[in-house]
Amino acid sequence: MAIRTAITRRITSSSSSSILFNSRSMSSWWGNVQPAPKDPILGVTEAFLADPSPDKVNVGVGAYRDDNGKPVVLDCVREAERRVAGNLNMEYLPMGGSNKMVEETLKLAYGEDSDLIKDKRIAAIQALSGTGACRIFADFQKRFSPDSQIYIPAPTWSNHHNIWRDANVPQRTFHYYHPESKGLDFASLMDDVKNAPNGSFFLLHACAHNPTGVDPTVEQWKEISYQFKVKGHFAFFDMAYQGFASGDPERDAKSIRIFLEDGHLIGCSQSYAKNMGLYGQRVGCLSLVCEDEKQAVAVKSQLQQLARPMYSNPPVHGALIVSTILGDPDLKQLWLKEVKGMADRIIGMRTSLRENIEKLGSPLSWEHITNQIGMFCYSGMTPEQVDRLTKEFHIYMTRNGRISMAGVTSGNVEYLAKAIHEVTKAA
Amino acid sequence: MWDIKEYTLHHHFALDRVAIPKITISAMASISLPSICPSAALSFQDKCKEKTNSRSSSKSVLSVKTKSRGQITMAVAVNTSRFDNITMAPPDPILGVSEAFKADTSELKLNLGVGAYRTEELQPYVLKVVKKAENLMLERGENKEYLPIEGLAAFNKATAELLFGADNPILHQQRVATIQGLSGTGSLRVAAALIERYFPGAKVLISSPTWGNHKNIFNDARVPWSEYRYYDPKTVGLDFDGMVADIKAAPEGSFVLLHGCAHNPTGIDPTLEQWEKIADVIQEKNHIPFFDVAYQGFASGSLDEDASSVRMFAARGMELLVAQSYSKNLGLYAERVGAINVLCSSADAAVRVKSQLKRIARPMYSNPPVHGARIVANVVGNPDFFNEWKEEMEMMAGRIKSVRQKLYNNLSAKDKSGKDWSFVLKQIGMISFTGLNKAQSDNMTDKWHVYMTKDGRISLAGLSSAKCEYLADAIIDSYHNVS
Repeated sequence: MAIRTAITRRITSSSSSSILFNSRSMSSWWGNVQPAPKDPILGVTEAFLADPSPDKVNVGVGAYRDDNGKPVVLDCVREAERRVAGNLNMEYLPMGGSNKMVEETLKLAYGEDSDLIKDKRIAAIQALSGTGACRIFADFQKRFSPDSQIYIPAPTWSNHHNIWRDANVPQRTFHYYHPESKGLDFASLMDDVKNAPNGSFFLLHACAHNPTGVDPTVEQWKEISYQFKVKGHFAFFDMAYQGFASGDPERDAKSIRIFLEDGHLIGCSQSYAKNMGLYGQRVGCLSLVCEDEKQAVAVKSQLQQLARPMYSNPPVHGALIVSTILGDPDLKQLWLKEVKGMADRIIGMRTSLRENIEKLGSPLSWEHITNQIGMFCYSGMTPEQVDRLTKEFHIYMTRNGRISMAGVTSGNVEYLAKAIHEVTKAA
Repeated sequence: MWDIKEYTLHHHFALDRVAIPKITISAMASISLPSICPSAALSFQDKCKEKTNSRSSSKSVLSVKTKSRGQITMAVAVNTSRFDNITMAPPDPILGVSEAFKADTSELKLNLGVGAYRTEELQPYVLKVVKKAENLMLERGENKEYLPIEGLAAFNKATAELLFGADNPILHQQRVATIQGLSGTGSLRVAAALIERYFPGAKVLISSPTWGNHKNIFNDARVPWSEYRYYDPKTVGLDFDGMVADIKAAPEGSFVLLHGCAHNPTGIDPTLEQWEKIADVIQEKNHIPFFDVAYQGFASGSLDEDASSVRMFAARGMELLVAQSYSKNLGLYAERVGAINVLCSSADAAVRVKSQLKRIARPMYSNPPVHGARIVANVVGNPDFFNEWKEEMEMMAGRIKSVRQKLYNNLSAKDKSGKDWSFVLKQIGMISFTGLNKAQSDNMTDKWHVYMTKDGRISLAGLSSAKCEYLADAIIDSYHNVS
């Protein structure tokens, strides 16, 4: 402190701007700030971009690529963009975002003819994609159920842990992935549901679980829902891949519909990052089912209260694109077709990758590649094997062995298969 | 469930940019304390308990609360909501203004609540250069991939240069950590989280009054704050001595939130000499300056001039934080474009600070929206666009200055009392404090159909040249005939 005072006094006494400033001599306020660890997912892309090798493959971040490995902007999105460019002013959206976009978005999750929508029982706001929706919910949970904790599946998207931690909600995990079968550990999952205190909060992936690609079957969802009823648990669905899993948005929302049929008052985060390719636009929605319209109005007002000191109101551009597409029957049809196209390409790559590895004579079972669903494949590879893939083959993925199938193309699938076989054949 | 009565909460937040449905709330809305006051000590449920004891209307909050704690049977579990104890959040004082304005059928009505620029025809305005940039972007057909957590690199470079000056040595020395943020609000919030994490217990000093959302931001980020005197109602000017005294009195190492230019809501900025003295006392007390720059270019019409306070502090070798917004000066309100800059004493510190800013952003929104950032980068990065922008900004600031002048002319000409209205000319920016009190502001609305906030604040962006005389009449009447 003494040094700092002495230095600042010296600076004060010669306060004209012609000080010769030696940055080394002044201590900083930020001396105790450590470098943050690299984000495990987004750090992968950074490393990939820095790699000069011509063979490099990025199967890290979950962003869709076409068969040439290029990012895709959907035709329906381009058309919507054309329509909205320059037309509208850029006045602030309300804190809750674009009503039109929210209305259309709720229909996707809850059903076109949902009574909940008709009866205005859903409190919903436009959110900053899935991350923002989860974060507002986590803050809401902290504010209005301050003693609660959140049960998160093991494993899950790593940012889920960051979100509830920064919201100061204690977290626990529940069993989900079964490493031996590379499928769902249903028995342990149900045990955890039963053993959790009544009225616990659970985070569920509605479809295309990230990072495993392992989803419960319809029958299993029904059992989970029933047990949730028995225990009075709260279900919060993170639905980031509707349409992307099976190619059919209605089908991908089945888990949510099962819970709704059983009368659960759920919460839901929706994202348009993947299924509309609006990654960088940050468009999503947070919704909470309430007892009645009055309560929904009150809850929405509180969600807005959380949004206001975080970003005031959400960005308009992506919301305009969404509402333009979903509000126009032709554009909506085009979108559905394009979503199915993306999902089909991924399903095709799953088959191709599995066949290629099997063709090489791998002693291991790779049926999980085609059993799993959505953008990601949990390969079962160890961090050490992943490191080898990166160092020796310039293949980039997260160290939990998660492969983003969206990054697999007919051009790189053989190379990928060969590399995977190389690092796993001795296992 | 709730007895919903007509009740409107007045609080002196002047939240100028938000819009929520106008709502009537029950008397129990006072329970929603977590959302409007620092309530670090008590949890929401504790407050419920408190309130229930003191009220006669006995809607059973407690029993409902017990229900939602999970001691429930299967049949009840599904139908009972956990949200039974949730009350209406207080209505926003600014939207109430716009709503009432909309409902008013008088031809004379004037909306001076809106904190968004309007043309002389009182229409919203999309800058020509923005439309050009958007068309260019459309032609290029750029993709919509995730930005990195820190945002668009071209934007971050441009925004720091705009703020500090492209030739500023601090930029060459790489001492500024910049990340793209969700306009001013989002940038402030990320900075607040950084303060909370690395300076636990440190206070932020905010001006009295200030933009209403500042308090919400620091509350939700759990950063304690206190106020320094700023507005002097007697002079309708700056209480400079009070400001300096309060900054001096604060514990060493506090953060001092300063409006870089065009103070919101008063329109009162320190002079250059006063800024120097403010910098002196901040350095004396080892405080950290934290600038909110929401109107660069909009205050004087010159981007460089409006950044002079920030640049002066930087030139003294101080470490500081700056939140920026492009809502007003590029008219990008709804795109949510801004930045948080942390000027550090070394490049090494800047790298570390940037990494931690990213760590805060990731669990908030992962990465910022791309569209607005691209517009800014294209406008600033293209010399022709950049010049066009400067011209359009001069035009917008010029329109504001000219209605100020016209308003002042009318006030001086029409008010025979000899009252000094020159503060209208001394104030700067879109927003101004008229010096009217609540009753007088009500008179403005009730009698004259002039819509403004109850603290006497008007947005000159909503004033047309044609309406200056009418407004002057309204102000004179309210000031002299209502107390």
